[in-house]
Order: sequence, then structure tokens, then C-alpha cells
Amino acid sequence: MKKLISAAVLSAALATPALADTTKVGFIYIGPVGDFGWTAGHDRARQELQGHFGDAVETNIVENVDYGADAERVMTQMALSGTDMIFAASFGYGPDVNAVAGNFPNVAFQHATGYIQEHDNISLYDARFYEGRAVLGHIAGKMTETNTIGYIASYPIPAVVSGINSAYLHAKAVNPDVNFRIIWTYSWFDPALEADAAETLIEQGADVIMQHTDSTAAVRVAEDAGVMAFGQASDMVEFGPTAHLSAIVDRWAPYYISRVQALKDGTWEAQNSWMGFAEGVIEMAPWNDRIPTELQEEADALIAAISAGEYHPFTGPINRQDGTPWLADGEVADDGALATMDFYVEGITSDFPN
Amino acid sequence: MIRLEKRKEPSKFWRIANPFLAVALTMLAGAAMFAMLGKDPVVAIRLIFFDPIFSETFGSYSRPQLLTKSAPLILIAVGLAIGFKANIWNIGAEGQYIMGALFGAGVALAFFPAPGWYIFPLMVLAGAFGGFLWAMIPAILKTRFNTNEILVSLLLVYVAERILAAMALGLMRNPDIAGFPGSRDLRRYEAAHNAELFANTGIHWGVVAALIAVIFAYVMMTRHMLGFHVKLAGQAPRAARFAGVAPARLVIVCLGISGALAGLAGMFEVSGPGGQVRIEFAAGYGFTAIIVAFLGRLNPIGIVLAGLLLGLTYIGGELGQMMLQLPGAAIQVFQGMLLFFLLALDFQTNYRMRLTRGVRT
Repeated sequence: MKKLISAAVLSAALATPALADTTKVGFIYIGPVGDFGWTAGHDRARQELQGHFGDAVETNIVENVDYGADAERVMTQMALSGTDMIFAASFGYGPDVNAVAGNFPNVAFQHATGYIQEHDNISLYDARFYEGRAVLGHIAGKMTETNTIGYIASYPIPAVVSGINSAYLHAKAVNPDVNFRIIWTYSWFDPALEADAAETLIEQGADVIMQHTDSTAAVRVAEDAGVMAFGQASDMVEFGPTAHLSAIVDRWAPYYISRVQALKDGTWEAQNSWMGFAEGVIEMAPWNDRIPTELQEEADALIAAISAGEYHPFTGPINRQDGTPWLADGEVADDGALATMDFYVEGITSDFPN
Repeated sequence: MIRLEKRKEPSKFWRIANPFLAVALTMLAGAAMFAMLGKDPVVAIRLIFFDPIFSETFGSYSRPQLLTKSAPLILIAVGLAIGFKANIWNIGAEGQYIMGALFGAGVALAFFPAPGWYIFPLMVLAGAFGGFLWAMIPAILKTRFNTNEILVSLLLVYVAERILAAMALGLMRNPDIAGFPGSRDLRRYEAAHNAELFANTGIHWGVVAALIAVIFAYVMMTRHMLGFHVKLAGQAPRAARFAGVAPARLVIVCLGISGALAGLAGMFEVSGPGGQVRIEFAAGYGFTAIIVAFLGRLNPIGIVLAGLLLGLTYIGGELGQMMLQLPGAAIQVFQGMLLFFLLALDFQTNYRMRLTRGVRT
């Protein structure tokens, strides 16, 4: 009986309506917050958001949510519990976000790396990872001694494909003999599979490993094997102090803070934001000391040129893998083409997965 | 001191009582774990076990969701349990689930966008056939070459996953969305949509099929000769042979039934709650169903309860994360405890503990 009463008291405490100016923000994650990569990046931003607004926001998370029915259910329950804004932090939630958003027109949905926007309460946001990949490609092309770069890829979606192409083009530009080996895992977070992939790539002669998957497994394997690697989405240097050359670090916090502020101000509306170095949404982890100073300066200059809009990583002439022309000399890829990219550029020898 | 004694016959009382005791112990141990994490244990347990059903805020939504989430688990587990009773171990229901979904979705996509009442029934047949076909591989390999059905059916899961990825990227890809894997959304193709039969109840054709399968399995196991053969083959293989049970035929039947039911579950999921063929479509239902089958004591009625209970911990676990910031891993530990306690308690089904005085010489 005592238990029942205390439960009733607690439930009353839980059910106390939030103060009118407390904004409730929910996050759903495809991986665990402890992946030290992609999901960790979003959760870092959530914590900054919480720190920025203090008691004026309440944040909730559900991690390891599969795409499909599970995601739909979690977001519906969030909406039912009075959440004002939901951040869905993975591309595959697209159909689910759209289904739930249709049922809850008063909830603001923010879909990371999304591609479907059927309701005016859905904002899409994404980072120009291909800008960071250009820098990684440049460094990898100069650092490799075997001229073989291993690439662990997750899903063949435009964000990943454009990253491979960008890395390849910029490695090739500084090292014409460079060769990319690509392994697809069809998963965002599978440490065992990622470790296997890294080992296979190293056996095939790769001495630089790049990844577009979320765990630290590949960096650890590279450290043990004495080769080089780049982290993903977060600084992964502690998992491979020698191997880890740098990483594209995602910084979603300023964007998250601005969106919550807009909601509080009543100015929030559906947008489609694609942000890169210029907006500070991506930045590079500190260069490893083993990168020669000269190369560090080149990389810094490349970042500066991209930030300033003086240079676009996809500037023609670029041909598709089959040799047909894609961009003419001096032509710059438009965002539409990059957001739907489904082919490799010329020179990549792997077959495109389909 | 405590002495262990093997019972002459497994205790009927403990067989039934253990699952309930396991749930109670899981609640206690779980509460202790949540308390150690600095969360209020009473609130945590309430969120996981009671709120999905009784909460005013969530109940009306999560009660139907409970049926939606549990139906595929029950449908698959009922089929598996028949085989398990006969010592025929189909561990690859996940693969049969995937193939059922692919066959069913394949029929739908082949007809798209034509209307027609016959499309959905065809998908149902195709789904069952897809799962059946995939289960026939280990079945025939076992009967012809005496291979181990555990290994073959399990390894075929990985093959099915690769076929699923290939389909989502290639043949079944939605041509209207450039650059992204995944098929058309079947929920938007009326003739193929496994919609709710009654609004806001969560009852779709998969739930109905699960119910029918449970009744069918119950009648078969208790009233039909085949059920008798299954049990006999499991308990006394030699006696079964004398009774005229053909082992090869039994392997085909058991794997066939469980494969077809798993295929059906996949088909109802892809055309309903899941909505489309995606690379990550298979969310482990085929493996979780093995737990459900054992938690339900391989008994059709027990499986219904076990399926609902596991579904409850999933939905309640999400609420626990959302409302109380419980870590996702703590929820998984909690679900693991349930199976652990059940298996540990099963010990007393077969053994009795006796207090004895002094040292035995």
C-alpha cells in the first residue's frame, strides 16, 4: 500500500504541467549515445542546448531506435507526452518523421540528413560532409605510402557517396597513383563488422583508413596494425593516438540552439538547411603531429578556401565512373545534384552497390 | 546444508509458476539496478510495466501498439515452438521473416499501381511461400545429407539479409526518390496496405493471423495425431519410430510450418507497420521470437502471454528512456534479466532443494 501511495505521489509530481516557458525537446538516435561518433555528436549538441537554456528547456532522448515502426512509435509517444520539438538524428527516419508529423501539426520536427518533407512542420538539416572529406582526401593522398586508401562506407546514400567521391577526387589531385578500396557495411553502428572491414582493407594494402560509420572500431584496428585512420563525426584520437590523423567533427549545437530559440520566439518555420565549414557545423579535429607542417598548412588553406566560398570541392572537369562527362571545366555542382548523388566519379574502380 | 535431489518427474507446479516468479524477480532486481543508476525504482517499473497499458497520456496509443509489436513475435514463436517440441531447431526464423517480406512486397510492387482486391491475398500466399521456401533449404539438407539444421538455418539469415540489402538498393528500389535505398511505401498503395482493420485498435491482418495460428497450434498439439507425433519425437525418438513417425517427414513439416508463419509475419510487417523494404527492415523479430517461445514454455497460450510481455518491455522501455532518462542499455539488461531468471528458476522444475542436517558421509 505504501508503495502504491508513493507511486501515486510520484506520478502526480511527474504529471505536473511544465512551466509555460519550458520548451520540451525530444531526440531520437539510431545508435547509442556512447558510440563516440555520430550519435555522440548529436548528444553533445543536446547537452550544449540544455546548458544554454538551462531550465527553459527540458530535453529527452531515446537511443538505439530502429527505422520504421519503432521510430514512429517513439516519436508518437514523445508528441503525446507534450514534446514541442523533436530532433530525429538519422536519414532513415524519413518516412516515419513524415507519418508522425502529419498527425501532430503543432510539434516541430527537425530531421537530420533527411530527404522527405511533406508537411510544413518538418525542417530538414544536413552538414556538407563532402567539404570535410575533401580535406581528408587531400591529407590521405599525401600521407599514403602504399597508394591504397581503405574506405568503410555505411549506406549508399548521397551523403556517403558524395563523401567518397570528394575524398577520392582530392586524394587523386595530389597523388595520381592513389587507389580507393571501399567496403559497405549497410549499418551505421556495428563495431565488429567495422573492425573486420578495417582488417580486410589493411590486408589489401590500405595504409590509411577512412570511415563513414559511427564506431571507433576502425581507428582501434588501425592503431594496432600501425596504419593511419580518420575518425568520424567526433574526435576519436583517444582510440588511436598514433593512427588518428584527424576527423570531421560535427558541431550541431549552434544550429540546435537557434532552432529552439526560433520556436520560443514563435518564428520557427520549416526550412532546409545545408551547412558546412562556413557555418561551423563541421570542423576538423586537431591535426596529428605526424602530419608534416607543410601539409597541415595546405589543409588549413583548403578549409579557408571552402569556408570563404572561393573553392567548391566539386568543380569540373569531372567525369562519372563510366567516363561520361558530369561537370564541364570550371562548372560547379549544384546542391540538387549533390543531394541525390548516386554514382562514383571516374577513377574509382569499385562497382557502385546496387 | 542444502542438498539437491533430482525430481522423478518435472514439477508441474513450477513449470507454470516459474514465469510469474521470474517476472517478479526481474522487477525486484530491475528496481535495484534502476535505483543504483539514481532513478526512482518505483517510477521506472511503473513506466515499463504499467504506463503503456494504463497511463492516460499514452495508454490509448500504446495499447494498440502493444498488439502491433507483439503480433509478429507471437506468430513466429508459435511456429518455432512446434519444431522445438520435436527437437527440430529452426534458429533462422529471422531469415524466413525477411524472405516472406520480400516475396510479399515483390507481389505488391509487381502489381503497382493497379487496384484489385486479389492483390493482398496473393501477397499473403507469397509471404508464406517465401518463408516456407527458405525453411525448406535446411529441411531438405537435413533429410538428404543429414546436415545440422541449427547451423544451416542460422547462416541463411545472413544470406537473407544480403538479399534484402540488394533488393532495397536495386530491384525493389523506389524509382521516384533519387539516391536513397528502400522500396515504395506500401502503406500508400491501397491494394497492398495491411491497414488497421478497426481504427486505433492496432489490429491488422497480422494480429488476426497470429490469433488463428495460436488456436490452430493449440488444437494440433492437443487433439491431433501430428501433435502427438511431434511430442513423442521430442521426448522419445525411438518410441516415435516404433509408433510410425517418419523423422524426415517431421523435419519437413516442422520447418515448413515455422518457415511459413515467419514468412507471414514478415509480409504483414512490410505491408503494414514497417511499410517498405529497407536495408534495416529486419529488426531481430526472428531471434526475439526464440526467447518468446521459451518464455511461453513452448505452449501456444503461454506464447501469447510471453509475446505481450516482451512487447510491453519494449514499449515501456522506450517510455522509461523518454520520461526518466534511463539509458537504453539498462533496458536491454532488464530484458536479459527476465530470461536469466526464468532459466535459473527452471532448475527447480527438475530438482528439489532439501535442507539436511549435518555433514553427509
